Amino acid sequence: MNKTLATVALALALTTSAMINAADYVIDTKDAHASIQFKIKHLGYSWLTGRFNKFEGQFSYDEKAPNDAKIAVTIATKSLDSNHADRDKHLKSKDFLEVSKFKEAKFVSTKIQFSDDDNAQVEGDFTLHGVTKKISFPVVKIGEGNDPWGGYRVGFSGNVSLKLADYGIDYNLGPASTHVDLSLHIEGIKQK
Amino acid sequence: MYKLKNTNKSFGVIAIAIHWIVALAVFGLFGLGLYMVELTYYDTWYKGSLDLHKSIGLTLLLLLIFRLVWRVLNVQPISESTVNWQKLSVSAVHFLLHLLPFALLLSGYLISTADERPIEVFGLLSVPALPPLIDNQEDIAGLVHETLAWGLIVLAGLHALAALKHHFIDKDQTLNRMLGRNKN
Repeated sequence: MNKTLATVALALALTTSAMINAADYVIDTKDAHASIQFKIKHLGYSWLTGRFNKFEGQFSYDEKAPNDAKIAVTIATKSLDSNHADRDKHLKSKDFLEVSKFKEAKFVSTKIQFSDDDNAQVEGDFTLHGVTKKISFPVVKIGEGNDPWGGYRVGFSGNVSLKLADYGIDYNLGPASTHVDLSLHIEGIKQK
Repeated sequence: MYKLKNTNKSFGVIAIAIHWIVALAVFGLFGLGLYMVELTYYDTWYKGSLDLHKSIGLTLLLLLIFRLVWRVLNVQPISESTVNWQKLSVSAVHFLLHLLPFALLLSGYLISTADERPIEVFGLLSVPALPPLIDNQEDIAGLVHETLAWGLIVLAGLHALAALKHHFIDKDQTLNRMLGRNKN
C-alpha cells in the first residue's frame, strides 16, 4: 500500500511542479473537503453509490483569467468504497477496475472554457483501467474567499457520465448499468 | 460391532463420519468457490451461491472444532507406515490438513466482514464481524483465501493418493480403516 501511495505522491510531485503558476491550489484531500463519488444504476431499479477515498490533485485558477485554469487529479483506484466488502472486492478485481494492475485513474485537463463567472466546460484526458479517453464535462464554481484560518479557498463541482465499455470494462451489469456517473466536489487551498 | 471411539487398530464411527463429511465439505466448498466467482451478475445463482458458500463454511467450523476435541479424546490407530520419512510426512500432512481449514475459514470470514457486516448462516444465525484489521482487508484476505484453498486441495489430493497407494500397492489397512472395514 505504501508503495502505491509513494507512486501517487511522486506522480503528484511531478505534475505539481510542472503546474506551478500564479494562483495554484491544492485540493484539500488532507482534511477531506473534497470527494470523488460514483453512482451506477443497480438493475435499472435504483442508484448504487460509492466513492474513492484516496485521491490527490491540484489546479490553477484565477478569477481574472479563468480560461487559463488547469486541473489534474490522480485517484488511488484501490481506495474504492461502496460500503460493502464483497462488492468492493469484486469491483477491484479483474472483472472491473483491476486495481492490482491499474493502480491509478487520472484526469488532466487540456482546456477549460468559462461561459460566465461560475460555469465552465472542462476538457481533458481521463485514464481509467489503463485506457485514456478525451472527456468533456461541465463544472460549476461554488464559491471562493478567505477561510477563518488565514488561508484562501475556492471550490468547484463537476459531473461526468462515462461508458464503462469505453474503458475496457465489459462485465455485464445489465442494460441499465452501462454508464457510471462520476461527481467531483473539490475545495482548493491557495498555495503561497 | 461398530465402535464409536477409536482403538489402537481402528477408527470409530464418529471419527470416520467426521473424516468423510469434512472431505465432502472441503471439496464441495472448493468447487462451489471456483464456480461462483465465474458466475455473472445475471445468473440466478450469483447471490445464492455465495450465501451458501459462507453458510456451509461457517457450519463446517463447528465440525472442525469438534474434530479437534474428538481427536484429543481418542487414541489414534497406529500408522501402517514403518519408514521414518513416511511417518514424518504423514504427521506434517495431517497437521496441515487440520490447520489449513481453520486458516481458510478465518480468511474467508475476514473477506466478508471487512465492512463490519455480519455473515448470515443459512438465514438462521448471524455471525458478527470483528472491527477491520487492515486496509483493503477484503482484497488481501481474498488472495490468502484463494491461495490457501488451492494449497489445501493439493494436500488433500496427495493425502488421497497416499491412501490409494497404501491400499493398492502396500495392500495394508490404511484406507480400509477409514472405510470402517479393517480386516485385521
